[in-house]
Amino acid sequence: MPAEGATVIAIESDSDVVTARQRARELAAELELSSTDQTLLATAISEVARNITTYARRGEVSVSIVEDGRGRRGIRIVASDQGPGIADVERAMQDGYTTGGGLGLGLPGARRLVDDFALDSEPGRGTTVTLVKWSRT
Amino acid sequence: MTVPILKQGPFLIATIQAALTDTDVLRLQEDVMQQVTRHRSRGIVVDVTALDVMDSFVSRSLRGIAMMTRLRGASTVIVGIQPEVAFAMVQLGMSFEDVQTALDLEEGLALLQARREPGDGAG
Amino acid sequence: MAEEVEAATNGNQQSADLLKELVAHLSANRTNLRQEWARRIGEARLLTALTPEEIFNEATSVYDNYVEVLETGLVEALQDYARNLSERIIPRGVETDEVLGIVLLLRDVLARSLFQKYQQDFAYLNKVLDAYEPAANRIANTVAINFVQERERVIRQQQEAIRELSTPVLQVRERLLILPIIGVLDGQRARQLTEQLLRGIRANRARVVVIDITGVPTIDSTVANHLVQTVDASRLMGASVIITGLSPEIAQTLVTLGVDLSKVNAIGDLQGGIEEAERLLGYQVSLGEGAADESR
Repeated sequence: MPAEGATVIAIESDSDVVTARQRARELAAELELSSTDQTLLATAISEVARNITTYARRGEVSVSIVEDGRGRRGIRIVASDQGPGIADVERAMQDGYTTGGGLGLGLPGARRLVDDFALDSEPGRGTTVTLVKWSRT
Repeated sequence: MTVPILKQGPFLIATIQAALTDTDVLRLQEDVMQQVTRHRSRGIVVDVTALDVMDSFVSRSLRGIAMMTRLRGASTVIVGIQPEVAFAMVQLGMSFEDVQTALDLEEGLALLQARREPGDGAG
Repeated sequence: MAEEVEAATNGNQQSADLLKELVAHLSANRTNLRQEWARRIGEARLLTALTPEEIFNEATSVYDNYVEVLETGLVEALQDYARNLSERIIPRGVETDEVLGIVLLLRDVLARSLFQKYQQDFAYLNKVLDAYEPAANRIANTVAINFVQERERVIRQQQEAIRELSTPVLQVRERLLILPIIGVLDGQRARQLTEQLLRGIRANRARVVVIDITGVPTIDSTVANHLVQTVDASRLMGASVIITGLSPEIAQTLVTLGVDLSKVNAIGDLQGGIEEAERLLGYQVSLGEGAADESR
């Protein structure tokens, strides 16, 4: 999937998360994503970027427009950090933190907000979350 | 950024104007508790109309505020959740079941009024 | 990202020279080839939605873009033009076969002019065609694909608009909205309904919403979940939801799917639902009478 002019935003504070969300909204508006879809995307970014500020202290979020083989365009978000990493990825993707399942990282929730989702993480190596929201038109 | 809290009769109104950082949230919780105590408020309306995103952190924080004010005998009503934001919250799995919500400030205040005991004085 | 026009057989340099010659020939004959093309378009009764002047203007743009692709090997400008052209002519009712038709006609017109020029040297003509044909085909392809994509995009938008129109959110009384749903629901339509309803709650300041699904024969788990999410999202906006017309079959489906029906306020029929809604609204108003609620 070729990326068109990705914007990379360093994430060190909550205001950086807001910057990343704004950038994603701008690109989403260019692709004429509905305001609902824009909000879903911005919310997903908020969820995953907050993990960066909470656990890794710093990382980065890249926002870009991508295209699949059939001419469909979308927004791709890559949130990465060199933080502690997640040991149990499967558990991280489970819901129900308070009932013993999941890890409270908001990842299963973020996944429900987007179309494509990928989690790559290893203790000591850091974490990369990739989100894609496709345009419906 | 400090969230302004205004007094309206027996109630308080806190209007959130932009995305909240962790520090902002702690500050808001402290300010709310302080004001509720000082004015012996019976309820507080938290207006989130300006928020274009409500993630799990913000939602948890607001629920925290609602719980704390309840300990002081005050009700909390969250108002101004926008359609897109409501949709996203529900997709995210947060439905605020134990927190009262209303459409806007006017509705929120009406709800707080209605919850007072019938026959209660101007208090 | 430059797409190189593929050279044919005998080495890139010879191909490049041939293309240069081609471009020179096309530029030199720009006037009469454009006219020939426009004439053949009219003859084939294509682009009847456009006036002869418009046809000639577009023919000029396409011709010049065509030559530019041959010259530079880059298709970006052509893609942009094709997209732009599609946006303009689709609303005028131009069909896909017409667009395909005119591009192929241009290819023919140019090919014939090459036959005429090089008819004395058959071997050389073949070399020229070897250089010309792949480029011409790529161009036809590019224009056609862009047109089709644009058309599909327009169709999807229209479908979306139709879906929206077919399920209105009705304000019957103050603070009360009714959403009658008719027909089979799929995930996309259900989602669209939710969005419309939530906006309706804000616009009409509704406190109670009655969703009537009498006209819905069956629902699957996706739609059932959407229904529950709609109830939750409406509550976040301060509105309570009553669902009416839940057939025994659908109720059975929901139970089987494990949907938590306790959060759903279900009433038998629409009439009953409206009565319950008014009761809820009246109840809320009378509670407010004790405290000076001047708003009503």
